[in-house]
Amino acid sequence: MFYRENGQFKTTYRADQQIFPIAQDRLALFILLAIAFVAVPMVASDYMFRAILIPFLIFSLAAVGVNILVGYCGQISLGSGAFMAVGAYAAYNFFVRIEGMPLLIALVMGGVCAMLFGILFGLPSLRVKGLYLAVATLAAQFFADWMFLRIQWFTNYSPSGSVSVSNLQVFGFSLESPFGKYMFCLVLLVVIALLAKNLVRGAVGREWMAIRDMDVAAAVIGIRPMYAKLSAFAVSSFIVGIAGALWAFIYLGAWEPAAFSVDQSFRMLFMVIIGGMGSIMGSFFGAAFIVVLPIFLSQFLPALASLVGIDISTAGISHAELMIFGGLIVWFLIVEPHGLAKLWSIAKQKLRLWPFPH
Amino acid sequence: MSKKKIGEVILDVKNISLGFGGVKALTDISFNVKEHEIRAIIGPNGAGKSSMLNCINGVYTPQQGSISFRGQTFKHMNSHQVAVMGVARTFQNLALFKGMSVLDNIMSGRNLKIKSNILLQALRIGPAEREETMHREAVERIIDFLEIQAYRKTPVGQLPYGLQKRVDLGRALAMEPQVLLLDEPMAGMNVEEKQDMCRFVLDVNDEFGTTVVLIEHDMGVVMDISDRVVVLDYGKKIGDGTPDEVRNNKDVISAYLGTSH
Amino acid sequence: MAFFLETLLGGLMAGMLYSLVALGFVLIFKASGVFNFAQGAMVLFAALAMARFSEWVPLYLGIDSLFAANAIAFVGAGMVMFCVAWGIERLVLRQLVNQEGTTLLMATLGITYFMEGLGQTLFGSSIYKIDIGMPKDPVMLFESTFEGGIMINKEDFYAAIIAAALVALLSVFFQKTATGRALRAVADDHQAAQSIGIPLNRIWVIVWCVAGVVALVAGMIWGSKLGVQFSLTTVALRALPVVILGGLTSIPGAIVGGLIIGVGEKLSEVFLGPFVGGGIEIWFAYVLALGFLLIRPQGLFGEKIIDRV
Repeated sequence: MFYRENGQFKTTYRADQQIFPIAQDRLALFILLAIAFVAVPMVASDYMFRAILIPFLIFSLAAVGVNILVGYCGQISLGSGAFMAVGAYAAYNFFVRIEGMPLLIALVMGGVCAMLFGILFGLPSLRVKGLYLAVATLAAQFFADWMFLRIQWFTNYSPSGSVSVSNLQVFGFSLESPFGKYMFCLVLLVVIALLAKNLVRGAVGREWMAIRDMDVAAAVIGIRPMYAKLSAFAVSSFIVGIAGALWAFIYLGAWEPAAFSVDQSFRMLFMVIIGGMGSIMGSFFGAAFIVVLPIFLSQFLPALASLVGIDISTAGISHAELMIFGGLIVWFLIVEPHGLAKLWSIAKQKLRLWPFPH
Repeated sequence: MSKKKIGEVILDVKNISLGFGGVKALTDISFNVKEHEIRAIIGPNGAGKSSMLNCINGVYTPQQGSISFRGQTFKHMNSHQVAVMGVARTFQNLALFKGMSVLDNIMSGRNLKIKSNILLQALRIGPAEREETMHREAVERIIDFLEIQAYRKTPVGQLPYGLQKRVDLGRALAMEPQVLLLDEPMAGMNVEEKQDMCRFVLDVNDEFGTTVVLIEHDMGVVMDISDRVVVLDYGKKIGDGTPDEVRNNKDVISAYLGTSH
Repeated sequence: MAFFLETLLGGLMAGMLYSLVALGFVLIFKASGVFNFAQGAMVLFAALAMARFSEWVPLYLGIDSLFAANAIAFVGAGMVMFCVAWGIERLVLRQLVNQEGTTLLMATLGITYFMEGLGQTLFGSSIYKIDIGMPKDPVMLFESTFEGGIMINKEDFYAAIIAAALVALLSVFFQKTATGRALRAVADDHQAAQSIGIPLNRIWVIVWCVAGVVALVAGMIWGSKLGVQFSLTTVALRALPVVILGGLTSIPGAIVGGLIIGVGEKLSEVFLGPFVGGGIEIWFAYVLALGFLLIRPQGLFGEKIIDRV
């Protein structure tokens, strides 16, 4: 009843092609942005910023990047952690070694370096796909692990192997407070997500999806597989690199190579699978899920378990987390391969008719 | 049907031989295609017809022989190059992009012509936006032509087979090709759908002068609409000429001719 | 020279251990076209089961003999792995029939996480011992030819023998028994096998069971060597390059690939490592596999991958 599209006619192709053609969607987006930019900073506690909101924003950004490569272009990547690491360490080196380097530029340069790394390790995608490509991306992951552990130049010859940044500021605004960090990440996320959405609904996005769906046919209609695959790797690793730099600078503050291990890669893949492959909105859902679930479990699982008389330790909670993740991945793949985003659009379909049955 | 002017040889296939391991798919095939004509390739199943199209398209590389397009000779066709040169094709088993809508599938055929680079597309302002709209208009004309307006936002995987075939044709037409390779465009269709498809093929050939190379099993269709016919059997050419000549060719009759579906 | 031979032999034996895990990959891929990312988790699961069972047998059954305890534990763990195999086939694979390879791959990733969690929930997450009576002391060989002799780790040596025996057993199983023939038929062509009456689902359960037993043997050996702990799952990640090198569909390839990777890792660490900062073992296998992917994706013995339009 509220979600009827009736009467919303478009008179130009341009109007038909906008990101949110339905007026109710535009309204919902506006409200969401208002909440994000205005309401949340007013009511959220420091803990909420630190533990939930900032990780959610950064992981959403990373998930958008990974979704472009895995969801839209169909190239399996288990090396996203490496791209994050390259972004983080490159940004670190630009920030620390060059006097007066603005934070934003350092972050973008981190993204650029991650992009170059991504193109390099994306080259195998021109020869192989599926499992074989996954192995190639794992090579990127382990190589990056080693690079940042053993090549001392990257960590500025730090004796402990870990590095840190401090005194971050943007255009004079200090980023020390949780509120500042939150707004910075939010603005970056909104801008990059918008650019990504534009790419994905334009010609390049169609190329990526064509390669994903049937690359032989794509070549025959004039799409260059090489250009499409490498551009997917480039854009994806650029975004993931910036997310990695944000993770390091804003969330961690001080970090070591283990922060970007293969576990991180798997986590981002899960975000994309659960959230919905091939959907920008799905990336947000997946990131929210992965960020919130451990916190949810650690709050509620002991209480639930004591109802049945079982004592659960923190180790037990982390094991339960593993089982729930694994189980959910399998469940989603069986029941709804397009993830939460598809469930959401099914819900919207039902909303179109509600409260009528058909 | 208006009298049409058939031009010079646009596509020349010379001595093509293709094998997979021990299996010889094509043996020493030579024929040519003249501009603006409708050329049919017929033959029993397994004769190598799809393989022949795949060679022209660059999907397979023949071990021997060459292909000339507008006078330029190639020993090995590169798919992308062929598409740029103006050769488009449909597939026997429908190589549609199942994850995309009808509109997006046909729009992907326009990708060849899109000039704006990735940065402009990300910003989606000015030239990028105008280009997208311009191509949308071209695609809408094709959608009108193929009468699939009602389905433009539907994911192709959900459409019935006959409509999917039309989308396949639409995607090929979106490339504005000079030569259109159709691989069994009427397979699995009922009489009405076949009539529609014939009408589309003839219209395309008539209005845009597109040269059509057509693989087809339905003898009625072949005899009705094609200008010249090539007959293949077990990878060898056993007939080449106008429909009447081929109909009376003893080899063709003994190998194959028969039922109109 | 002696040092080189030592490193070489050490590498060969380490390679055998990789091959053990790689075998599990190849078995499942050959019979069902599924790449089982969860093989490492299965190794951990099996090792955990065996370790805890061998602890519990003397406690609850009062049997004191080490050999008997181990034997019972082995059988028990084997049965657990059969249940796991049956569970995976029933709950996951059957629902995903006909899905494309990437979906199945990600499903096995999900199974990996699930089993890691389940194993540690059921059996605990400390470090456990597996004591199957392997000798831990090294032995010196060829003392007359080389000064001081070449040091061989007896445990690695016995492990290599066990692995070789397992491979021989599996080869006999595949070539000589009826079930083995059926497995090979299914690996070749699912539909043809079905049409002559081979029950696909049952075959898959059998394959996963065999892979589970292979995982158990691998877990037993690795666990005896390193102790049973969570890091055992990374063993699977180390074995992936082995199947790329050897070819996903080749059992001898898993062996050869394992030996090459084992030797390559050790030699490169010892002779190349010092120049680039050390620790290159973590990526050497993968970069080698990467090279193969670019030049010869099907590996040394695998079948060529053809795309049909």
